[in-house]
Amino acid sequence: MARHVVAAAADFPPGTRRMITVNERAVVVFNVKGEYFGLYNKCPHNGGSLAEGVLTGLLQSSSPGDYSYTRQGEIIRCPWHGWEFDIRTGQSFCRAIRAKARPLPVRVEPGSSIVEGPYKAETVEVRVEDDYVVVDA
Amino acid sequence: MQIDCDIHPGTPDTAALFPYLPEHWRDISAMRGIADLHSTNYPDMTPLAARADWRPAKGRPGSDAATVAAQCLEPFGSDIGILNPLFPVQSFYSDDLAQAYASALNDWTRGDFLDRDPRFRASIVVSLENIEMAVAEIERCAPDRRFVQVMVLAGTARPLGRRNHWPIYEACVRHDLALAIHAGQEFRNAPTALGWPSYYLEDYVAHAQSFQYQLTSLFCEGVFNRYPTLKVVLLESGWTWVPALLWRIAKYWGGLRFEVPWTDRSPEEVVRDQLRFSLTPVDGPDTDQLRRVIDHLGSDQLILFSTDYPHSQFEGADPFPSTFDPALRSIISGDAPLATYARLGGAP
Repeated sequence: MARHVVAAAADFPPGTRRMITVNERAVVVFNVKGEYFGLYNKCPHNGGSLAEGVLTGLLQSSSPGDYSYTRQGEIIRCPWHGWEFDIRTGQSFCRAIRAKARPLPVRVEPGSSIVEGPYKAETVEVRVEDDYVVVDA
Repeated sequence: MQIDCDIHPGTPDTAALFPYLPEHWRDISAMRGIADLHSTNYPDMTPLAARADWRPAKGRPGSDAATVAAQCLEPFGSDIGILNPLFPVQSFYSDDLAQAYASALNDWTRGDFLDRDPRFRASIVVSLENIEMAVAEIERCAPDRRFVQVMVLAGTARPLGRRNHWPIYEACVRHDLALAIHAGQEFRNAPTALGWPSYYLEDYVAHAQSFQYQLTSLFCEGVFNRYPTLKVVLLESGWTWVPALLWRIAKYWGGLRFEVPWTDRSPEEVVRDQLRFSLTPVDGPDTDQLRRVIDHLGSDQLILFSTDYPHSQFEGADPFPSTFDPALRSIISGDAPLATYARLGGAP
């Protein structure tokens, strides 16, 4: 397990996403209203790039014609076939789909801890006065 | 116990319904010269319309209770037979005329068959031209528990999932009636998705298209979610196409679930819970391959015994594929129909 710096938090505003490579695998990290979520950038269905998908809400229904739309921005829809995954858990919402996208823990660490650690932070332009977004993988 | 779930009594002509029609409609029918109703669903002279040994010298086959019992119940060892009249009352465009003839047909079935042989049960035939009238007809017939289901044709004006039809499904659930969808067209649309074909063979094969689309519509519109206790029985639909259709719906449902968020069960689960199919016609080769279709369906409880009398679907007195073992035959003959039709006493 190592920590991988995604970006300086100040350069990674809400509503944007960043791509990084973790252990030679592509990872997409989302900033949703100040919360960060990471997923391996590979749809478990056919391998589509989740980074290119639309972030949408969770549409549920208690009966035909009833629409409950919640958790806007927390559901990633694969651009290839439209499969939907919860970016918090990687879980699919369709009973037809047993696959699960792979989430990664994402958190914000103080800039000081990055420069102190033996991690990839060194390879990133470090501005010690800022906080950094890091991925554990 | 064996229940034949698809028997067609032959209504001889409109005059046979006159005793059950209001006087006004009787006179109108006579004045307009409505002596008979023909549709190209089952033209009388096509070989399919009647098996040779069931075709009388003149008139329509199976036009009285004694004949149907002698030709269709006894030779097959059936204890109960469900009558699904196909006299094409769905052809009328007038709300009132359609309703008058549907009611007359139901009363003819009751008077000429149910009252004459206790082994018969029947469908309530409704016209979809006016949904309120269809519901009223269900309400009128439902107190007679010998009516075990409501029957419509597969080729409807609008897909059956559309909400304008839902009062019918509510009435079915209210009265423990199944919903039967039988092969045939109302001829509000061309019988194929590509328009009008040239030959009867094309019409008949295309019935499967109608069924496939109705199943898809009922699934997508959420009828099975809104009415989770409703049983839907596809009659004379064939069933070898069912697994492939379910695979296809499931494949695209995965990506389009958000269009139909009320679909909380997969198409396969919905079919296992709520759909049933009559045995005849067996539209597949009589080999092991056919037995494997049952495996693909994922359940051996989905097929209901039927002869499709008097239609010519097989010879002799055994409509089963030869690869169906006695256990499976027993489920199809009795267990599955009893579990499907609440009014036969087999379901909770």
